[in-house]
Amino acid sequence: MGDQIVIKVVLVIALIVLMGILLVPRKGARPLAIRRLTYLLLLIAAIAAVVFPGWLTWLASLVGVGRGTDLLLYGLVVVFISHSMASKSENAASDQRFTALARRIAIDDAESAAEAGQRLASGR
Amino acid sequence: MNTDTWLVVPLYNEGAVVGDVIRHARETFCKIVCVDDGSSDNSADVAREAGAVVVTHPVNLGQGAALQTGITYALGDPQAQYFVTFDSDGQHRTEDAARMVQRLRTEDLDVVLGSRFLDAKVEAGAMKRLVLKTAVMFERITTRLKVTDTHNGLRAFSRFGVEKIHIRQNRMAHGSEILQEIARNNLRYAEEPVHIIYTDYSRAKGQSLWNSVNILNELFLDR
Repeated sequence: MGDQIVIKVVLVIALIVLMGILLVPRKGARPLAIRRLTYLLLLIAAIAAVVFPGWLTWLASLVGVGRGTDLLLYGLVVVFISHSMASKSENAASDQRFTALARRIAIDDAESAAEAGQRLASGR
Repeated sequence: MNTDTWLVVPLYNEGAVVGDVIRHARETFCKIVCVDDGSSDNSADVAREAGAVVVTHPVNLGQGAALQTGITYALGDPQAQYFVTFDSDGQHRTEDAARMVQRLRTEDLDVVLGSRFLDAKVEAGAMKRLVLKTAVMFERITTRLKVTDTHNGLRAFSRFGVEKIHIRQNRMAHGSEILQEIARNNLRYAEEPVHIIYTDYSRAKGQSLWNSVNILNELFLDR
Protein backbone atom coordinates (compact mmCIF):
# COMPACT_ATOMS: atom_id res chain seq x y z
CA MET A 1 0.00 0.00 0.00
CA GLY A 2 2.69 2.48 1.05
CA ASP A 3 4.78 2.27 -2.12
CA GLN A 4 1.78 2.87 -4.38
CA ILE A 5 0.83 6.11 -2.72
CA VAL A 6 1.96 8.30 -5.64
CA ILE A 7 -0.24 6.65 -8.25
CA LYS A 8 -3.14 6.54 -5.81
CA VAL A 9 -2.88 10.27 -5.21
CA VAL A 10 -2.53 10.97 -8.94
CA LEU A 11 -5.57 8.83 -9.88
CA VAL A 12 -7.79 10.11 -7.09
CA ILE A 13 -6.93 13.72 -8.00
CA ALA A 14 -7.62 13.02 -11.67
CA LEU A 15 -11.04 11.53 -10.84
CA ILE A 16 -11.90 14.40 -8.47
CA VAL A 17 -10.99 16.91 -11.18
CA LEU A 18 -13.29 15.02 -13.54
CA MET A 19 -16.08 15.24 -10.96
CA GLY A 20 -15.44 18.97 -10.66
CA ILE A 21 -15.67 19.41 -14.43
CA LEU A 22 -18.89 17.41 -14.32
CA LEU A 23 -20.58 19.54 -11.67
CA VAL A 24 -19.48 22.98 -12.89
CA PRO A 25 -21.02 24.17 -16.15
CA ARG A 26 -18.50 25.13 -18.77
CA LYS A 27 -18.69 27.03 -22.02
CA GLY A 28 -16.42 28.93 -24.37
CA ALA A 29 -13.23 28.50 -26.30
CA ARG A 30 -10.78 27.73 -23.50
CA PRO A 31 -12.26 24.41 -22.30
CA LEU A 32 -12.53 23.28 -25.92
CA ALA A 33 -8.90 24.19 -26.57
CA ILE A 34 -7.81 22.42 -23.39
CA ARG A 35 -9.69 19.31 -24.46
CA ARG A 36 -8.06 19.33 -27.88
CA LEU A 37 -4.58 19.86 -26.42
CA THR A 38 -5.20 16.97 -24.03
CA TYR A 39 -6.10 14.69 -26.91
CA LEU A 40 -2.95 15.84 -28.74
CA LEU A 41 -0.76 15.09 -25.71
CA LEU A 42 -2.40 11.69 -25.33
CA LEU A 43 -1.64 10.87 -28.96
CA ILE A 44 2.00 11.90 -28.55
CA ALA A 45 2.22 9.80 -25.36
CA ALA A 46 0.67 6.85 -27.20
CA ILE A 47 3.24 7.11 -30.01
CA ALA A 48 6.05 7.38 -27.48
CA ALA A 49 4.76 4.32 -25.66
CA VAL A 50 4.71 2.32 -28.89
CA VAL A 51 8.18 3.37 -30.04
CA PHE A 52 9.87 3.26 -26.63
CA PRO A 53 8.01 0.71 -24.46
CA GLY A 54 10.71 1.05 -21.80
CA TRP A 55 9.73 4.66 -21.27
CA LEU A 56 6.30 3.68 -19.96
CA THR A 57 7.79 1.22 -17.47
CA TRP A 58 10.25 3.86 -16.32
CA LEU A 59 7.39 6.33 -15.74
CA ALA A 60 5.38 3.62 -13.97
CA SER A 61 8.15 2.83 -11.51
CA LEU A 62 8.58 6.56 -10.94
CA VAL A 63 4.98 6.91 -9.67
CA GLY A 64 5.06 3.59 -7.83
CA VAL A 65 3.23 1.25 -10.23
CA GLY A 66 4.86 -2.10 -10.95
CA ARG A 67 4.52 -2.33 -14.71
CA GLY A 68 4.01 0.05 -17.61
CA THR A 69 0.91 -1.90 -18.70
CA ASP A 70 -0.76 -1.16 -15.36
CA LEU A 71 -0.12 2.56 -15.81
CA LEU A 72 -1.55 2.32 -19.32
CA LEU A 73 -4.71 0.71 -17.92
CA TYR A 74 -5.13 3.44 -15.29
CA GLY A 75 -4.66 6.10 -17.93
CA LEU A 76 -7.23 4.37 -20.13
CA VAL A 77 -9.80 4.38 -17.30
CA VAL A 78 -9.41 8.12 -16.73
CA VAL A 79 -9.57 8.92 -20.44
CA PHE A 80 -12.59 6.67 -20.91
CA ILE A 81 -14.55 8.26 -18.07
CA SER A 82 -13.81 11.79 -19.21
CA HIS A 83 -14.74 10.89 -22.77
CA SER A 84 -18.10 9.40 -21.72
CA MET A 85 -18.82 12.51 -19.67
CA ALA A 86 -18.04 14.80 -22.59
CA SER A 87 -20.23 12.85 -24.98
CA LYS A 88 -23.03 12.77 -22.41
CA SER A 89 -23.08 16.52 -22.16
CA GLU A 90 -22.93 16.91 -25.94
CA ASN A 91 -25.89 14.54 -26.10
CA ALA A 92 -27.83 16.68 -23.66
CA ALA A 93 -27.18 19.77 -25.76
CA SER A 94 -28.40 18.11 -28.92
CA ASP A 95 -31.46 16.81 -27.01
CA GLN A 96 -32.29 20.44 -26.19
CA ARG A 97 -32.19 21.42 -29.82
CA PHE A 98 -34.30 18.43 -30.78
CA THR A 99 -36.86 19.29 -28.09
CA ALA A 100 -37.13 22.89 -29.28
CA LEU A 101 -37.75 21.67 -32.82
CA ALA A 102 -40.39 19.12 -31.77
CA ARG A 103 -42.11 21.74 -29.59
CA ARG A 104 -42.28 24.16 -32.47
CA ILE A 105 -43.82 21.52 -34.75
CA ALA A 106 -46.35 20.52 -32.07
CA ILE A 107 -47.50 24.11 -31.50
CA ASP A 108 -47.56 25.02 -35.19
CA ASP A 109 -49.72 21.97 -35.95
CA ALA A 110 -52.27 22.79 -33.24
CA GLU A 111 -55.16 25.25 -33.39
CA SER A 112 -53.80 28.73 -32.62
CA ALA A 113 -53.97 29.45 -28.90
CA ALA A 114 -55.63 32.85 -29.36
CA GLU A 115 -58.45 31.33 -31.46
CA ALA A 116 -58.84 28.30 -29.20
CA GLY A 117 -58.99 30.62 -26.20
CA GLN A 118 -61.81 32.67 -27.70
CA ARG A 119 -63.72 29.59 -28.80
CA LEU A 120 -63.48 27.96 -25.37
CA ALA A 121 -64.27 31.17 -23.51
CA SER A 122 -67.47 31.63 -25.53
CA GLY A 123 -68.50 28.08 -24.62
CA ARG A 124 -67.66 26.07 -27.76
CA MET B 1 -65.43 30.50 -15.89
CA ASN B 2 -61.82 31.53 -15.40
CA THR B 3 -61.35 32.71 -18.98
CA ASP B 4 -58.04 34.23 -17.93
CA THR B 5 -56.63 30.84 -16.92
CA TRP B 6 -55.20 27.91 -18.87
CA LEU B 7 -54.92 24.45 -17.39
CA VAL B 8 -51.81 22.71 -18.77
CA VAL B 9 -52.15 18.94 -18.68
CA PRO B 10 -49.30 16.64 -19.82
CA LEU B 11 -50.82 13.51 -21.29
CA TYR B 12 -49.17 10.14 -21.79
CA ASN B 13 -51.24 6.97 -22.16
CA GLU B 14 -54.04 7.97 -19.78
CA GLY B 15 -56.93 7.15 -22.12
CA ALA B 16 -58.75 5.27 -19.38
CA VAL B 17 -59.17 8.28 -17.07
CA VAL B 18 -58.36 11.50 -18.92
CA GLY B 19 -61.87 11.94 -20.34
CA ASP B 20 -63.47 12.16 -16.91
CA VAL B 21 -60.61 14.32 -15.61
CA ILE B 22 -61.06 16.87 -18.43
CA ARG B 23 -64.87 16.90 -18.29
CA HIS B 24 -64.76 17.52 -14.55
CA ALA B 25 -62.05 20.19 -14.81
CA ARG B 26 -63.99 21.97 -17.57
CA GLU B 27 -66.73 22.75 -15.05
CA THR B 28 -64.26 25.13 -13.41
CA PHE B 29 -61.73 25.97 -16.13
CA CYS B 30 -62.95 26.39 -19.70
CA LYS B 31 -59.48 26.60 -21.23
CA ILE B 32 -57.53 23.36 -21.04
CA VAL B 33 -54.57 22.30 -23.17
CA CYS B 34 -53.48 18.66 -23.13
CA VAL B 35 -50.00 17.97 -24.43
CA ASP B 36 -50.05 14.48 -25.85
CA ASP B 37 -46.50 13.24 -25.39
CA GLY B 38 -46.56 10.56 -28.08
CA SER B 39 -49.19 8.35 -26.42
CA SER B 40 -49.72 4.98 -28.04
CA ASP B 41 -53.37 4.75 -26.92
CA ASN B 42 -56.38 6.95 -27.73
CA SER B 43 -55.61 9.55 -25.02
CA ALA B 44 -55.51 12.45 -27.48
CA ASP B 45 -58.92 11.67 -29.01
CA VAL B 46 -60.51 11.16 -25.60
CA ALA B 47 -59.12 14.47 -24.37
CA ARG B 48 -60.23 16.33 -27.50
CA GLU B 49 -63.73 14.86 -27.22
CA ALA B 50 -63.90 15.96 -23.59
CA GLY B 51 -63.31 19.53 -24.73
CA ALA B 52 -59.58 20.14 -24.35
CA VAL B 53 -57.24 21.57 -26.98
CA VAL B 54 -54.69 18.89 -27.81
CA VAL B 55 -51.11 19.71 -28.78
CA THR B 56 -49.25 16.63 -29.97
CA HIS B 57 -45.53 16.02 -29.61
CA PRO B 58 -44.36 14.27 -32.80
CA VAL B 59 -42.24 11.98 -30.59
CA ASN B 60 -42.17 11.16 -26.88
CA LEU B 61 -40.07 13.79 -25.08
CA GLY B 62 -41.00 13.42 -21.41
CA GLN B 63 -43.28 15.08 -18.89
CA GLY B 64 -41.10 18.13 -18.31
CA ALA B 65 -40.99 18.84 -22.04
CA ALA B 66 -44.77 18.41 -22.25
CA LEU B 67 -45.31 20.96 -19.48
CA GLN B 68 -43.09 23.51 -21.21
CA THR B 69 -44.86 22.91 -24.54
CA GLY B 70 -48.26 23.43 -22.91
CA ILE B 71 -47.08 26.61 -21.21
CA THR B 72 -45.51 27.98 -24.39
CA TYR B 73 -48.76 27.20 -26.23
CA ALA B 74 -50.99 28.86 -23.63
CA LEU B 75 -48.78 31.97 -23.61
CA GLY B 76 -49.97 32.43 -27.21
CA ASP B 77 -53.42 33.39 -25.89
CA PRO B 78 -53.23 37.12 -25.11
CA GLN B 79 -56.09 36.76 -22.63
CA ALA B 80 -54.19 34.23 -20.54
CA GLN B 81 -53.04 35.64 -17.21
CA TYR B 82 -52.77 32.48 -15.10
CA PHE B 83 -51.34 29.06 -15.85
CA VAL B 84 -51.99 25.90 -13.85
CA THR B 85 -50.11 22.62 -14.27
CA PHE B 86 -52.47 19.74 -13.62
CA ASP B 87 -52.03 15.96 -13.84
CA SER B 88 -54.06 13.89 -16.27
CA ASP B 89 -54.54 10.87 -14.00
CA GLY B 90 -57.14 12.40 -11.70
CA GLN B 91 -55.00 12.88 -8.60
CA HIS B 92 -55.54 16.65 -8.42
CA ARG B 93 -58.73 18.42 -7.38
CA THR B 94 -60.02 21.35 -9.42
CA GLU B 95 -61.22 23.17 -6.30
CA ASP B 96 -57.60 23.26 -5.09
CA ALA B 97 -56.50 24.64 -8.47
CA ALA B 98 -59.23 27.30 -8.41
CA ARG B 99 -58.19 28.38 -4.91
CA MET B 100 -54.56 28.69 -6.04
CA VAL B 101 -55.51 30.89 -9.00
CA GLN B 102 -57.64 33.01 -6.68
CA ARG B 103 -54.58 33.58 -4.49
CA LEU B 104 -52.59 34.77 -7.53
CA ARG B 105 -55.40 37.23 -8.27
CA THR B 106 -55.65 38.67 -4.79
CA GLU B 107 -52.10 38.42 -3.40
CA ASP B 108 -48.75 39.70 -4.63
CA LEU B 109 -47.51 36.33 -5.86
CA ASP B 110 -45.92 34.90 -9.01
CA VAL B 111 -46.25 31.23 -8.14
CA VAL B 112 -48.49 29.15 -5.89
CA LEU B 113 -47.26 25.62 -5.26
CA GLY B 114 -49.54 22.84 -4.10
CA SER B 115 -48.40 21.03 -0.99
CA ARG B 116 -49.90 17.81 0.34
CA PHE B 117 -48.01 18.11 3.61
CA LEU B 118 -49.74 21.31 4.71
CA ASP B 119 -52.95 19.31 4.70
CA ALA B 120 -53.85 16.73 7.29
CA LYS B 121 -55.21 14.28 4.74
CA VAL B 122 -52.02 12.60 3.52
CA GLU B 123 -52.74 9.12 2.26
CA ALA B 124 -49.25 8.22 1.07
CA GLY B 125 -47.57 5.14 2.49
CA ALA B 126 -44.64 5.29 4.92
CA MET B 127 -42.00 4.56 2.29
CA LYS B 128 -43.38 7.11 -0.15
CA ARG B 129 -43.53 9.68 2.61
CA LEU B 130 -39.88 9.02 3.50
CA VAL B 131 -38.81 9.48 -0.13
CA LEU B 132 -40.81 12.70 -0.45
CA LYS B 133 -39.49 14.11 2.82
CA THR B 134 -35.91 13.36 1.76
CA ALA B 135 -36.56 15.13 -1.54
CA VAL B 136 -37.89 18.14 0.35
CA MET B 137 -34.77 18.28 2.52
CA PHE B 138 -32.56 18.10 -0.56
CA GLU B 139 -34.47 20.90 -2.31
CA ARG B 140 -34.42 23.12 0.75
CA ILE B 141 -30.66 22.83 0.90
CA THR B 142 -29.98 23.32 -2.82
CA THR B 143 -32.53 26.07 -3.56
CA ARG B 144 -32.95 27.64 -0.09
CA LEU B 145 -36.70 27.81 -0.70
CA LYS B 146 -38.84 27.04 2.31
CA VAL B 147 -41.10 24.49 0.71
CA THR B 148 -42.81 21.49 2.24
CA ASP B 149 -43.58 19.46 -0.89
CA THR B 150 -41.29 19.49 -3.91
CA HIS B 151 -42.79 16.91 -6.20
CA ASN B 152 -46.36 18.05 -6.45
CA GLY B 153 -47.56 18.50 -10.03
CA LEU B 154 -50.23 21.04 -9.07
CA ARG B 155 -48.80 24.55 -9.51
CA ALA B 156 -50.24 27.89 -10.50
CA PHE B 157 -48.24 30.67 -12.16
CA SER B 158 -48.94 34.25 -13.11
CA ARG B 159 -47.99 35.31 -16.64
CA PHE B 160 -44.98 37.15 -15.21
CA GLY B 161 -43.87 34.09 -13.26
CA VAL B 162 -44.31 31.56 -16.03
CA GLU B 163 -42.43 33.69 -18.56
CA LYS B 164 -39.38 33.58 -16.26
CA ILE B 165 -39.38 29.80 -15.99
CA HIS B 166 -37.80 27.63 -18.65
CA ILE B 167 -38.06 23.89 -18.16
CA ARG B 168 -35.07 22.19 -19.74
CA GLN B 169 -35.33 18.92 -17.84
CA ASN B 170 -37.38 16.92 -20.30
CA ARG B 171 -38.05 13.90 -18.16
CA MET B 172 -38.65 13.75 -14.43
CA ALA B 173 -36.34 16.28 -12.83
CA HIS B 174 -38.49 19.25 -13.85
CA GLY B 175 -40.02 19.47 -10.35
CA SER B 176 -36.63 20.36 -8.92
CA GLU B 177 -35.83 22.55 -11.88
CA ILE B 178 -38.96 24.68 -11.43
CA LEU B 179 -37.95 25.32 -7.82
CA GLN B 180 -34.44 26.25 -8.93
CA GLU B 181 -35.92 28.68 -11.46
CA ILE B 182 -38.16 30.22 -8.79
CA ALA B 183 -35.12 30.73 -6.57
CA ARG B 184 -32.90 32.04 -9.37
CA ASN B 185 -35.47 34.59 -10.55
CA ASN B 186 -36.49 35.59 -7.02
CA LEU B 187 -40.13 34.92 -7.83
CA ARG B 188 -42.66 35.52 -5.07
CA TYR B 189 -44.09 32.15 -4.12
CA ALA B 190 -46.44 30.60 -1.60
CA GLU B 191 -47.68 27.12 -0.85
CA GLU B 192 -51.31 26.13 -0.71
CA PRO B 193 -52.47 22.97 1.05
CA VAL B 194 -53.93 20.55 -1.48
CA HIS B 195 -55.34 17.09 -1.25
CA ILE B 196 -53.94 14.41 -3.53
CA ILE B 197 -56.34 11.66 -4.46
CA TYR B 198 -54.36 8.42 -4.48
CA THR B 199 -56.40 5.94 -6.44
CA ASP B 200 -55.27 2.41 -7.25
CA TYR B 201 -54.76 3.73 -10.76
CA SER B 202 -52.38 6.53 -9.77
CA ARG B 203 -50.66 4.34 -7.21
CA ALA B 204 -49.79 1.79 -9.86
CA LYS B 205 -48.21 4.55 -11.94
CA GLY B 206 -46.61 6.41 -9.04
CA GLN B 207 -43.02 7.36 -8.48
CA SER B 208 -40.87 4.83 -6.72
CA LEU B 209 -37.74 5.04 -4.65
CA TRP B 210 -35.76 4.08 -7.73
CA ASN B 211 -37.12 7.09 -9.54
CA SER B 212 -35.49 9.47 -7.07
CA VAL B 213 -32.13 8.02 -8.10
CA ASN B 214 -33.03 8.69 -11.74
CA ILE B 215 -34.08 12.23 -10.92
CA LEU B 216 -30.78 12.96 -9.15
CA ASN B 217 -28.92 11.54 -12.13
CA GLU B 218 -30.85 13.76 -14.53
CA LEU B 219 -30.26 16.85 -12.40
CA PHE B 220 -26.50 16.47 -12.18
CA LEU B 221 -25.33 14.39 -15.09
CA ASP B 222 -27.61 15.22 -18.01
CA ARG B 223 -26.76 18.80 -18.73
